[in-house]
Amino acid sequence: MNMFSKIVIPAFIVFVIFYGFIKKVNIYDTFLEGAKEGLMISFNIFPSIIAMVFAINIFLDSNFVNAVLGVFTPILNLINIPLEIMPMALLRPISGTATLAIMNDIFIKYGPDSYVGRLASVLQGCTDTTIYVLALYFSSIGVKKIRYSLGVGLFADLVGISVAFIITMLFF
Amino acid sequence: MVSYIWLFLILIGIGFSALTGNLDTINDSILTNGTKALDLMLSILPIIVLWTGIMKIAEVSGLLRKFAKLMEPILSRLFPSVPKDNPALGFIASNIAANMMGLGSAATPFGLKAMSELQKINDKKDTASVAMITFLVLNTAGVTIVPTTVLALRIATGSNNPSEIILPGVIATFCSSIGGLLLDYFIRRRNNK
Repeated sequence: MNMFSKIVIPAFIVFVIFYGFIKKVNIYDTFLEGAKEGLMISFNIFPSIIAMVFAINIFLDSNFVNAVLGVFTPILNLINIPLEIMPMALLRPISGTATLAIMNDIFIKYGPDSYVGRLASVLQGCTDTTIYVLALYFSSIGVKKIRYSLGVGLFADLVGISVAFIITMLFF
Repeated sequence: MVSYIWLFLILIGIGFSALTGNLDTINDSILTNGTKALDLMLSILPIIVLWTGIMKIAEVSGLLRKFAKLMEPILSRLFPSVPKDNPALGFIASNIAANMMGLGSAATPFGLKAMSELQKINDKKDTASVAMITFLVLNTAGVTIVPTTVLALRIATGSNNPSEIILPGVIATFCSSIGGLLLDYFIRRRNNK
């Protein structure tokens, strides 16, 4: 599996460039043209990245999440859900880097093959950071009214996270 | 809507720190935040520029259209409002494919291109179109078959069987996508009536 993920990107690049060459596309100029578009896209998303990183870090650094979770400790113990996993489940839609850091802590503390470790792995892989993706993609094209997209995105996250809890219990 | 999320995060963050006498941390956080954002930007900017360049070749050579054609039976059902020969479908297909292989950073440029193509056929430029929302639901549910970062971390921390989480992960991500798409479908149908 590791081998596969190593070969995918280089093979894809060779294939695309070679295919373009055979089809008599001016590959170098075309690349530059596309790269310029990419630079414009990057400029357009930079302000929204600043804005989001700013807000997310203030939120995380305030320790609000841990304080709220403290209230639920007795309930979580009752249904046998490890407390360490809860900040991860809550933060998953908000910040990918934050949950990655939490997952790393869990791996080091309990080991990747523990129940919590496996649960963290499934959680991290099963859904993407909805709020970040929405903010990034919509701001890149200047859409302000995002309608019901946040609700549906968060619903999909909720489904994924719930299934992750159940499936890990059934599998291991 | 993004404004509400933004306000919520900042208000709760600063308000809670003030209440718990933790304002020092927040001051630090505000001052160092910009650097974190710039680091993030510096790490994704070259990838976006590189991949949009490579993908331009795929677009001009007709490869992207071929790939989209392959996925057309599925895509035309998910995106009935997008014309069949629209380049957006090609970018959507590439974005999903890259996400499946766990190449999140490679998927982002495709997603951004898909959004700008969808914006071209959007009637109200400041409002999300139905197709954009369906695409983002697919994207945020993140259909991942090979979660590369998770596997790398599991290997790094000495797992006996790093890839044992792949199957449960695929089931969870599949349920998440189906759940999101179903809700999206029902909202669309209700709005059409």
